[in-house]
Amino acid sequence: MYTSLAFSFMPYKTILSPRASITTQDNKNATVYRTKVSRNPTMEKLQYNYLFPEISEREAQHAKKYPNAKIISLGIGDTTEPLPDVVASSMANYAYSLSTRTGYRGYGAEQGSKDLRKAIAETFYKDMGIQGAEVFVSDGAQCDISRLQMLFGSNMSIAVQDPIFPAYIDSSVIIGQTGDVEQGSGRYQNIEYMRCDPHHNFFPDLSKTARTDIIFFCSPNNPTGHAASWEQLEQLVKLAQENGSIIVYDSAYAVYITDGSPRSIYEIPGAKKVAIEVSSFSKIAGFTGVRLGWTVVPKELLYSNGFPVINDFNRIICTCFNGASRIAQAGGLASLSSEGFKSVMSLVDYYKSNAEILLETFESLGLKAYGGVNAPYLWVHFPGSNSWDVFNEILEKTHIITVPGSGFGPAGKEYIRVTAFGHRENILEASDRLRSLLL
Amino acid sequence: MSAIHQNVSTSLSASTSTFLSHNNLKSLRPSHVSVAGRMSAVVKCVATPSAEKTAYKTDVARNENLAKLQAGYLFPEIARRRNAHIAKNPDAKVISLGIGDTTEPIPEVITSAMSKRSEVLSTVSGYSGYGAEQGEQKLRAAIASTYYAGLGIEENDIFVSDGAKSDISRLQVLFGSNVTMAVQDPSYPAYVDSSVILGQTGLFQTDVEKYANIEYMRCTPENGFFPDLSTVRRTDIIFFCSPNNPTGSAASREQLTKLVQFAKENGSIIVYDSAYAMYVSDDSPRSIFEIPGAREVALEVSSFSKYAGFTGVRLGWTAIPKELHYSDGFPVAKDFNRIVCTCFNGASNIAQAGGLACVSPEGIKAMHEVVGFYKENTAIIVDTFNSLGFKVYGGKNAPYVWVHFPGRSSWDVFSEILEKTHVVTTPGSGFGPGGEGFVRVSAFGHRENVLEACRRFKELYK
Repeated sequence: MYTSLAFSFMPYKTILSPRASITTQDNKNATVYRTKVSRNPTMEKLQYNYLFPEISEREAQHAKKYPNAKIISLGIGDTTEPLPDVVASSMANYAYSLSTRTGYRGYGAEQGSKDLRKAIAETFYKDMGIQGAEVFVSDGAQCDISRLQMLFGSNMSIAVQDPIFPAYIDSSVIIGQTGDVEQGSGRYQNIEYMRCDPHHNFFPDLSKTARTDIIFFCSPNNPTGHAASWEQLEQLVKLAQENGSIIVYDSAYAVYITDGSPRSIYEIPGAKKVAIEVSSFSKIAGFTGVRLGWTVVPKELLYSNGFPVINDFNRIICTCFNGASRIAQAGGLASLSSEGFKSVMSLVDYYKSNAEILLETFESLGLKAYGGVNAPYLWVHFPGSNSWDVFNEILEKTHIITVPGSGFGPAGKEYIRVTAFGHRENILEASDRLRSLLL
Repeated sequence: MSAIHQNVSTSLSASTSTFLSHNNLKSLRPSHVSVAGRMSAVVKCVATPSAEKTAYKTDVARNENLAKLQAGYLFPEIARRRNAHIAKNPDAKVISLGIGDTTEPIPEVITSAMSKRSEVLSTVSGYSGYGAEQGEQKLRAAIASTYYAGLGIEENDIFVSDGAKSDISRLQVLFGSNVTMAVQDPSYPAYVDSSVILGQTGLFQTDVEKYANIEYMRCTPENGFFPDLSTVRRTDIIFFCSPNNPTGSAASREQLTKLVQFAKENGSIIVYDSAYAMYVSDDSPRSIFEIPGAREVALEVSSFSKYAGFTGVRLGWTAIPKELHYSDGFPVAKDFNRIVCTCFNGASNIAQAGGLACVSPEGIKAMHEVVGFYKENTAIIVDTFNSLGFKVYGGKNAPYVWVHFPGRSSWDVFSEILEKTHVVTTPGSGFGPGGEGFVRVSAFGHRENVLEACRRFKELYK
């Protein structure tokens, strides 16, 4: 279907994604002083810039090239709608109270305020037996993922979905768990990539998955938008039990689920003994800039020598972190109040409606778009294409930023990720532009 | 703080350790919980008679670096002791001069900026999502011009963070496990502990109370709290905190010139922690970059915590000069940028709005007032211990007073002071073997509490 559209490829020489091309003059100058400290070899293994700054850079270049163009960003998954008043005012009031003698507070507990930990447990893990003491409040999932990697150390093997949000892979490389990248495939040695294809319901064939210590699993998935079913997660937990592995379950998009799929790994019996769960207020409450998230480490999760993982994670939190901002935590608590939760959920609904509009658009163009039902991401298939070429073509001709699928792994090569975050009018405008380009 | 988390990782030698009987342990399976540390014995938790003997264990090996750590991080242990003491003495008015936690309200010029930013986030035109991971450009520029004017550090060299402690660990992730490091002894424990976690060190050697593979640079009254660099082995990284936590000593221009020279000769990188720079009272340098040549060998970490009372708000920065290169010529700032983009997602935009107000002319004035208040506290504490005949160090250029108790165990002195005066301090050995025989008294507190604490010290040691 795709090849019959009038869509010309721009010649683009890269294989998977562009190499970072920044050079500094100093490198070439032999008289510039160099220390005798070796560059960390793990940093050298990283092949490209982190994906999202790369996308930002492209957007900036495009804006320079077309200063009058109205660029619509459906690329980086950045929330766009204002915070509800009840949440914003709780933070405003809290900030103000810090200038009063009775209201001032210094260091908070590194694990987060007791009230917030409890509220998170009660809101998201009701009846799953997760207590506040097992919830660690953070400044966001991306930070938590790296802290988990520090916790695990370099002697771990990891498995990831393919395609997947790149932070798991990149942090794994940085901490020293991987070998070099294989030039042809773009995959790092020593990472087990679990292919997730539409033909297999976006769930890996676990019988073909080699044992690893850690299994990163994101559901609803970024970028495919697929929410794993109860049966699928049951299989995953069973695999983890059989292999003695630990699942790191990223549930940052759970509130976008529409079809009754599990929202937490802990809905699966036995999961508390094999899984850590990471989540975030970013896409729940629009806190992408405010910075707040959490990680659940159940007390039952034990290393092979019986040592509770939670004790070591706590040590990491106390040593490598100093707690999330108290102001952000006040906002988090407000967003979980009865009024607050209603208001943030209506924002989630707004983005979900955006996703519906985009799904209809792609459907009307005869393009297969996955996701968009349980997550604010659409995963659009352009068969036979190279995703960076499609990204460039869309950008060049419609001034819409998306994310090329290969930025999420080799399995993303023929796909484009489109986010549903945006002002409604921009979503509608983007839909119009796509129709005129692709019809 | 949740006691269960503190307790299991606490060294068994802690004299007031009550974790074996603590209620929270009911939920812990009686699996073999090995307490990190000196005792290699295995501890069975006694409070769970009904739990299974065959708790499921994964096949994932515990990170052996975490197992090297001897006890919990120092300050949660101090907090645990404080809380235990409060529980035991509910009528005592416990005064905390232990953890360096700020107590005075944040000036309104700063909190109103944060309130305003919070409100603006609820408007269509004012809402912002993800910020630049390196920090908002205006704030980076303002930090550069406020603290590094004329020192060749520009806005793009500044990386805004959620605080120095997080930055220290991100720097360790940056450097990796194959680097060697040197620290002052005594020093703020985050440098050593993060080094252990990242796998840069060997095991803890109980006889000398040091981790193998770390170079400890002894700082004593005898050497003016500056190490004799001729006895220091070359390491890749040198952590240097000035004004110093815990000794309060600020290195002189001459001393820092020697340090920079030493780094240059050895091809080392200095990680300079200047979190207390605004407390400097004399003409000691406030930034390592005041020293010629420093940009080629040093990066600097700092924080708004002790300037603006941002200990709970969370905001700091790291400055990495363009001139700092690895041995292969690759710029350190470029890799740090990659770390910041991958392992971090920017400091809270509300905290950054506060930071911008901090470095406005009015904000700087207000921060100086806050700092001045704590400096007055420090002077009161210094006078008190001087008048009691103690040898007292620090206190001039930092909010910490380093009191010598020759021949005594610092944990014993800590306990004695806590038991008899209900004042929490910090035992010097928590900062390294070079801290034994000293107690750190921090000067953060309401004036009346500092005065009361001093009155009690006078009672105890008259």
